[in-house]
Formats: sequence, C-alpha cells, structure tokens
Amino acid sequence: MDNKVTNILLSGVGGQGAILASNILAHVFVEAGYDVKKSEVHGMAQRGGDVTTHFRFGRKVYSPLIPYGEVDFLLAFELLEALRYINHCKDSARIVINDQRILPPAVNLGQASYPADIPATFRKYFKENVHVVKGQEIALSLGNAQAANVVLVGAFSTFFPEIKDDMWKGALTDLLPKKIHELNIKAFKEGKKAFKGGS
Amino acid sequence: MKKVLQGNEAIARGAWEAGVTVACAYPGTPSSEILAEIAGYKEITAQWSPNEKVAVEVASGAALAGARAMACMKHVGLNVASDPFMTLAYTGIKGGFVIVVADDPNVHSSQNEQDSRNWARFAKVPMLEPGDAQECKDFTKMAFEISEQFDTPVLLKGETRVSHSDSIVELEERMVPPVALGLDRKEATKYVMVPANVRVRRKIIEERMRKLEAYADVFSRNVMEINDPEIGVISSGAAYMYTKEVFPDYSYLKLGMVWPLPKKLLADFFAKVKKVIVVEELDPFLETEIKALGYKIFHGKDLIPNMYELTPEIVAKALLGKKYKEPKIRIKPEDLPRRPPNMCPGCSHRALFYSLKKLGAFVFGDIGCYTLAAAPPLQALHSCVCMGASVGQAYGAGKALGKEGLGKICAVLGDSTFLHGGIAPVMDTVYNKGYATSIILDNRTTGMTGLQEHAGTGYTLSGEPANMVDYEKLVRALGVKRVRKVDPYNVKNTMKTIKEEMETDEASVIITRNGPCMLHRREKRRFENPYFLVSTDTCRGCKVCLELGCPAISWVAAEGATKDGKKRKGTVFINRTLCPGCGLCAQVCKFKSILPGKAGA
Repeated sequence: MDNKVTNILLSGVGGQGAILASNILAHVFVEAGYDVKKSEVHGMAQRGGDVTTHFRFGRKVYSPLIPYGEVDFLLAFELLEALRYINHCKDSARIVINDQRILPPAVNLGQASYPADIPATFRKYFKENVHVVKGQEIALSLGNAQAANVVLVGAFSTFFPEIKDDMWKGALTDLLPKKIHELNIKAFKEGKKAFKGGS
Repeated sequence: MKKVLQGNEAIARGAWEAGVTVACAYPGTPSSEILAEIAGYKEITAQWSPNEKVAVEVASGAALAGARAMACMKHVGLNVASDPFMTLAYTGIKGGFVIVVADDPNVHSSQNEQDSRNWARFAKVPMLEPGDAQECKDFTKMAFEISEQFDTPVLLKGETRVSHSDSIVELEERMVPPVALGLDRKEATKYVMVPANVRVRRKIIEERMRKLEAYADVFSRNVMEINDPEIGVISSGAAYMYTKEVFPDYSYLKLGMVWPLPKKLLADFFAKVKKVIVVEELDPFLETEIKALGYKIFHGKDLIPNMYELTPEIVAKALLGKKYKEPKIRIKPEDLPRRPPNMCPGCSHRALFYSLKKLGAFVFGDIGCYTLAAAPPLQALHSCVCMGASVGQAYGAGKALGKEGLGKICAVLGDSTFLHGGIAPVMDTVYNKGYATSIILDNRTTGMTGLQEHAGTGYTLSGEPANMVDYEKLVRALGVKRVRKVDPYNVKNTMKTIKEEMETDEASVIITRNGPCMLHRREKRRFENPYFLVSTDTCRGCKVCLELGCPAISWVAAEGATKDGKKRKGTVFINRTLCPGCGLCAQVCKFKSILPGKAGA
C-alpha cells in the first residue's frame, strides 16, 4: 500500500508571510485531491521570533509534524532561517531560499556574526537542487515588498508541474482581498520566471 | 463540503454545528483562536471574560438555563477556573456544558507544563482528546451529547500540535439542541451545594462514573485496529498520530475518550495482542490506570519521555533504541545566532523597563509581553508566576523586608492581567498595610495572545462599544491613596515618579498612559517624529542605546573616529523602516548623536 507523504518545511521570520504561503499550499494540494496537514507554533511570532510551518500532503497524513531529517522541500524566506533547518532536509531535498538577511538580536548587538555565504553551504550538500530567489527585490520592482512571499511561492511552484497555474491563481484569489489580486498574480508569475532563470 | 481548518477553528465550527448559543473565554495560547472564530457565528453570544473562573461561571449559568454553552482556556486557565469546575461536577448541567482546555507540551508560550488529563480524574468528569481538526469538530459535538446524556460537564482537551494544526474537515449543518430553555425552581436541591445536597450528589457522581465507564466501551471513537498481533499500542491525540506515522504496522487502541477508561475494550485489546506499549505525552496517566487494572505493559514511560512534547522521531528513537538511524548532521544548529521573540520597536514596555533597570529595583513581573523584559539586554524583570501574582509577591516581599525593602520593590502587570487577577491583591495591600508599588502597564489590549479586547478597552469581542473600566477610580475605591500616571516614553519623569512611590511606606499604583500596543490598529500610536537616525559625525560607539534591545538599532563594527577626532570601535545604525520614532534611544544617548529624521527625507 503506497502512502508516500511529501514533506515541505517553510521557515522565516515573523511578519514575512510564511503562514499565508502555507495556506496557499494547503488550498492547492487539497484541490488536487490530497490529504494535507499543516502545523505551526503561534503566540510570539509577531515579536520578531522565527516561524516555521510543517506542511505535509499525501494519500493519508497522520503526524502534523515532519519527522526530523525527512524534509523533501525547504521553502525559506530568510537566509539564516534556511540554514537553521539544513539538518532537517533529506539528501535529495530541493530548496528555495529568499535572498534576504534579517539580523537577529545577537548580531544587532555585535555579539555574534551572521553566517557567511549560506547558499554556498547549501550547494555543498544539495548541489543543483538549491535555488536562491531575489524575492524582496522582485516584489519591490512590482511596487510592494510584502508580495515577496508570493514571489517565493511562484518559484516553488515549479517543483510541481502537475499542479496547473490556474490552481495556484485560484488559491491566491480565494485567500487574498480583491484589491491585491493583480499584484500577487504578477508576483507569482515573476517568481516562476526567476526560478526558471536559474539559481 | 470540505475545508482546511485549524484545530481551534474546527472546535468553533463544532460548537456552532452543535447548536451552542453562549461561549466565553479568557485568551491564552494555544486556545485563543476558538472564541475569536466563534464570534464570527452570529447565532452564538461569544464574549471575553475577565478570567477563566468567570468564563466557566457564565457559561455554566447559561447551561443551567438550558442552553448548550462552552468555556475555553489554556491549561493554566483551568487552575483559575478549578473552583467552579470541581463543584459543577456535582451539580451537573441541564443544557450541554463543555470546557475546552488546551495544553502546551514543551512550553512554547506558557509558565508551566501541566497535563490536564489529571483534572478529569480529579473532578470525576469525562474527557475527550482529539488528534486532528476533523476530530476537533466531531469530538466537540459529541462532548455536548455526552454532557446531556450523563448530566455532567465534559472536558475537551486541546494541545499546541492539535489546536494549531490544520487539516481537512467535512462541514455539516447547525442542529437544534434537544434541551428546552428555561429555569426550574424545583431543581434547587440539584444546584444548591450545601452539605445535605452535596452528600446526595456525591453518590450520584460515583454512579455516573460507572455508567460512563460502560459507555466508554461502546464509544465510537475508542477505536481498535488490529494489524501486527505481536505489538499493540495504546495512545490518544497527537501522540497516536506520531506513533502511527512511524509504526504503521503495529496494532492500536486509540482512545478518543481518555477518561474514564474502557475496561472491556482494554481486556479485549490485551487478549488480542502479545505486548502492549503505552505512548502518551507528559504524565503516565493512561499507564498508571492500566497498571492499576492489573495489566502488565511491555513499555511506557520507561522509554517515552514524561516531559516536553513528543514528535515522530522522539517516539521512533524511544521505541527503536539503538536501531534508530540518526539523520545526517551538516551543521551544528547551536552555533547559529538565535532569534528569540522581542518587544516591538517603539513598544512602551521597553521604555518603562529601561527606567526600572536604571532604578535597580527588584521587579515582580507577571504574564504578558512585558515578561520579555527578563531577557538580555534589559534583564529588568525578576519574577513571573501566574496572572496577578506580581502584586501579591511584591507586597509579601515588603512584609518580610520591612523598612529595608523601601525603594527597592515594585510589581508590574498589564491592563488585562490586572483585571484578570490583580484587583484583589491591590485591595489586600491597602487593607493589610503593605507598601508595594504596582505599575499597571496599560497598552489598551491583551497584547501577547494577539490583541483581544477586555473590560478596560471599551469594546466587546464582537466590536461593539462597551463600558470601559477606569483604573484610577477603581484602585481609589479599593483604598489606594497614591495613584499616579506616567508617560513611559518620558524616562526622566517616569524614573522620578517610580522612585518616589517605591520609597513611600504605603500602597501605591502607577498607571502608564500614552502607551498603546504598537500592533494596535484602533489606537495606533503616533510619535512626534517619523523616525530617528544616527549622526556618524558624533556617534562614539558607546553602545548605551543597544542596551534597550530595540530591533531597529544595530551595531556596525568599524574602527575609526568621530568628526572631532575621538576614537571609536564602530557606530550604531537605525533601520528607518523598523523605527517608529519613539525617541527613547535619543533620550539615552549621552552624545546627542541620535537625531529626529524628517518625513519623506
């Protein structure tokens, strides 16, 4: 009985929109006929702490948490928050990282340094499966830095060719207020384009 | 229709489908979303209560009048509500009455880690434990049925990984509850808990437990799955999900009702499998009871940890032992800089705690965002126990230290926390002639749990304007003569006021004004200047402003000198997009190097 569950870990900093991104994934994979589970720790995320969401889909999903070391896809909204979960990834994991640094307090205070060249560390282990996307920059060029999360989702969507663009668009229009539909659909497309443009 | 719902949303949906008309709560992670969600259903009167005890009393009153009613809280909330809860087990209910209690294994956002299943055994009431969102909805509805069928309050147990996890839920229609509304004076002997009546009800409770035990054997959500007859696992809730994930081929007895236990079903399971393992989070609750029934278990808390939360790999590691294959370690995560939660840029708490730090006071703290002041670099909060404890502890410390403690002790608590549990200890400080200074940090909301209204904000849960508690009049009525107000952003005046009050041998209350939560939408704080910036001409790199721990201020290491030739090791930098312009850093800068920025510049 085949019950392969696919594990997606989303990581970032409070306020970056990781939770919306995981809601988009849930919307899409439910529509595609899968069982889904999603888990996150709320409470203090708004206070600049790190945020992670475990997202799983398959025929039947039991645990809401991804077993350690079993991540198939990592979608990271910030460089350090990508690195924090490098051990959670399978050797075959595919990774999308937003090219953004948000300094944690110890770095701000000059007591610790921000790790150097995080993409290189990832490439050492995951080779061509590492994709760095300039989510912030692309979103700003569209006029709103807040759409960076959807740029990342656009890039990430490339891993799932069986999910048609209409389903992603459907998720965006169902989950977001009407006045920002156009912006986010553009952000999604640009993200997809940026991914195809290489890492 | 199918929809992806969070566990808490599913509980709210279940309450609506069950025909609930009254729901009360005090917010607390991970339970807060239930009431916020219920407020969206117009058929239900949903309200924030000042504390969990009041929530249980109000909801149980509604149940006595025949309505289906619910009270929701986090695990420590049931400690507060335990007084009415324990005796409501005696009176029973009329309309269905359910208490949702959400545990926080691994203490993601709480002051302790307790296992709420113990309350069910202690109070002699049934408890259901869902493991995903569909079960959250189903079990909520079933809890109301059980409540009415057995005339008892029912506990529904949430926990972080169930309450805050999303999964697919099949939606159904709202039903009309079977019990008619109305109060009956002839039922008084059931509801008046005086000794003669209590003794009658005491016996009924025991009879009810026997009936519930028989019911547990046929309860449709106590499910036996016989796969491999060699090993059988008894589990429930999230612990079942983790175990099933890593050992799909074992046999299972999954308990949807964790109290009372199904004795016949257990006998049946022990007869069908060779070895039984109990996998449960926190206390050996099921294990102890199963052993007391005379069964031998193969493994339980000898391998499964009795603290923190379980995860699939913790269960796998515990049960596989040396056969567990550790995942590959590529970096040491402990070497990475941590990203702990922090007060927001511009938060009025940061300003106040900077003053307290400078005064060198021992600060008795309380439950709220301001507890973050205990962390470096501020480290200006020195105790935190439970809602309202700050005031009593500060005044108790003063009783021990006498005159020696004058000028050294104060209590801090938020506006919502004060209304929850701070009024009685302030009254007691005056009555018993204590001298504690209590500072009410009025940020106009319940901040930490996500900005909920309360009796001091002037609005209800549904957004209607309401009475607003006047803290000054309230504490004056309690007998406090020295009541002061401070603007926490004015460090000099705040320090002076707090110092005077701490040195006075009399109860006093200081209320902060002008400090709404930075995330508040209705009472958005506007500062005089849009942001501040650092003059690299004069910044000496003394790092005093970094002691504030403001996320907008960072250190830039670069050996050099000021314009007038003073050597320095670096300068500070203010991130304009994060800085709301509160100006606290400009007040603490000794070299006048932090200057107001201009809008649009």
